[in-house]
Amino acid sequence: MPMISLDQVSKWYGTFQVLTDCTTSVDKGEVIVVCGPSGSGKSTLIKTVNALEPFQKGDIVVDGIKVNDPKTNLPKLRSRVGMVFQHFELFPHLTIVQNLTLAQVKVLGRRNEEARERGLKLLERVGLTAHKDKYPGQLSGGQQQRVAIARALSMDPICMLFDEPTSALDPEMINEVLDVMVELAKEGMTMMVVTHEMGFARKVAHRVIFMDQGKIVEDAQKDDFFGKPRSERAQHFLAKILHH
Amino acid sequence: MTLDFDVVSRSLPYLWKGFVYTVELTAIAAVGGLFFGTLLALGRLSPMKWLSTLAAGYVNLMRSIPLVLVLFWFFFLMPQVLQVMTGADRPPQIGAERTAIITFIMFEAAYFCEIMRAGIQSIPRGQVHSAYALGLTYGQSMRLVILPQAFRNMIPVLLTQTIILFQDTSLVYVISATDFTGAASKIAQRDGRLVEMYLFVAIVYFVLCYTLSIGVKRLQKKIAVIR
Amino acid sequence: MFNLDWSIFFQDSPGGDRYADLLLSGIWWTLGVSFAAWIIAMVVGSLVGTIRTTQNPWLVRIGNAWVELFRNVPLLVQMFLWYFVIPEFLPPLKRWVVAADPAHAQFLSAVLCLGLFTSARIAEQVRAGIQSLSRGQRNAGMAVGLTQPQVYRYVLLPMAFRIIIPPLTSETMNLIKNSSIALTIGLAELTFRSREMGEYTFHFFEAFSAATVIYIAIAMAANRVMAVIERRVAVPGYIAGK
Repeated sequence: MPMISLDQVSKWYGTFQVLTDCTTSVDKGEVIVVCGPSGSGKSTLIKTVNALEPFQKGDIVVDGIKVNDPKTNLPKLRSRVGMVFQHFELFPHLTIVQNLTLAQVKVLGRRNEEARERGLKLLERVGLTAHKDKYPGQLSGGQQQRVAIARALSMDPICMLFDEPTSALDPEMINEVLDVMVELAKEGMTMMVVTHEMGFARKVAHRVIFMDQGKIVEDAQKDDFFGKPRSERAQHFLAKILHH
Repeated sequence: MTLDFDVVSRSLPYLWKGFVYTVELTAIAAVGGLFFGTLLALGRLSPMKWLSTLAAGYVNLMRSIPLVLVLFWFFFLMPQVLQVMTGADRPPQIGAERTAIITFIMFEAAYFCEIMRAGIQSIPRGQVHSAYALGLTYGQSMRLVILPQAFRNMIPVLLTQTIILFQDTSLVYVISATDFTGAASKIAQRDGRLVEMYLFVAIVYFVLCYTLSIGVKRLQKKIAVIR
Repeated sequence: MFNLDWSIFFQDSPGGDRYADLLLSGIWWTLGVSFAAWIIAMVVGSLVGTIRTTQNPWLVRIGNAWVELFRNVPLLVQMFLWYFVIPEFLPPLKRWVVAADPAHAQFLSAVLCLGLFTSARIAEQVRAGIQSLSRGQRNAGMAVGLTQPQVYRYVLLPMAFRIIIPPLTSETMNLIKNSSIALTIGLAELTFRSREMGEYTFHFFEAFSAATVIYIAIAMAANRVMAVIERRVAVPGYIAGK
């Protein structure tokens, strides 16, 4: 059974349809990269997986739990799915350590010391132990994003969702974040990543999904996608962004 | 015309009592107003249509009519409402001072609501998303992530509103409650010393409010949070 | 529950007039005071707000002092000062007050008090409006050879006033609400009349309901008027303030 499965997912904002019949799945340990031009709906799609964005049609199942079932305990589900945002979204009024422990204590019910230990271990893993008592505003973008990844990992998630994690970073800082993500992929984490970073995709992705105007236009194994994508739209897109 | 400011020093104890009431009323109304105002703000921002309409209606009503009229509403009609609610034979006399406290809490709640609503709406949506993504419930997200930030951002505005409230409390005069202004007025009329008393009151208010507003400006500079 | 009797509006008060007519006279006083005060507030406030944006430090200080003076004393106390205290310092004024119809003296005090109180608030809005315009506007005006007064008159103020129409609208509504404070010096405006009606008939609920509805109606009307003005003077293609 796949870890994440989407079946005919459609979403409308009023009369405007942003997602049309999106169907795909992610197996345990798989790394999927979702790419496409702006407005293709890729950010919206990934946000439907943990129900941050509601959808009107279709089904999404995460680890056997139906996301759109009204009876599903969403906070509980979300605590098991990690998410990293484009604008980091650390809580600015809390220190780094507090950012890492808040959800562990309030959602998972861990004791303070246990949460702190776990948080600091992950902080070390992303190389930022020295900053543990600082505030997010005192860190660079790349550092904040690495803390954000640590924060998501501190919940011991079964899978991780990334929404354009490096799009808001200055070029020098993109690599430090991608390195962390590559490590994570190599350790076998199930990941769904919305990104433009094709170098990352080539390195660790198993499959690549290409979206355009709310539809999944391509869903291919990595080598097939980069070798010769089937749709014209995807070819166009790749040609444009692979210049760098 | 001779001015006799001695009347001020002679009546200081009585004026002090009035001043204490003014400060108490301000403090209670500010805290109570902020509490209910925050609840109202959450109500206005709620996706449940009936709740947001009700909250908006209350806030708009309170902001459309003069404070004097609101004071009259509560002062003249609360005894009758309480009589009906408690089933007593005669309307219970609560007294102007207590009526004023309830009135001001309910009135200020509408103004604090708008301030907190602006504060909550100024927090980027991503903060809500990241709180939910970690598995926090609505209540936890509000209490631990959104409201602390909203409150911190709005502190200067909240304090300024409190200074305005401090001045507005003088209107309890119209229901004959004795605050600082009321006390001065009573002395003025008893001793025929209107000029001295009212000038004194004006100077005291000016010095206090001006000093407090400078304090707020300084505070504003200090707490500009690096986001 | 309460024994509501909506027909009392048409009964006669002890003075002989129907209550509805008394309320109507109250409405006229409210509107009259508000309008007269508004004119004073706009003229004085615009002037004070403008001088606060000049380069002259003395003008700025005078403007700031004006605003601080009226902002830090409660409106009620200011009303008392205008009615009871200031005539004591100006003998000609006092003579007029003593001889005139009390309602006129109350009206004058209320208008001056409300007008100058509100002028300080409008000065704030005008200052903010002018300062929200980019420096480039002022520079462009100077660059073509306009003098400073001309720059204000032809370049800065026209845009600044359009920008501040929304906060100006809410200041206008505040002014109308604040007119009720004149009842403390005996002016028989709307709130005064509604309390009077309540005290004579003990039908407070009906009296205050009428006043409430009327204030809401006046506020909505004022809102409408300002919205029309805003639409009429809007500059095509320019979103205010951006």
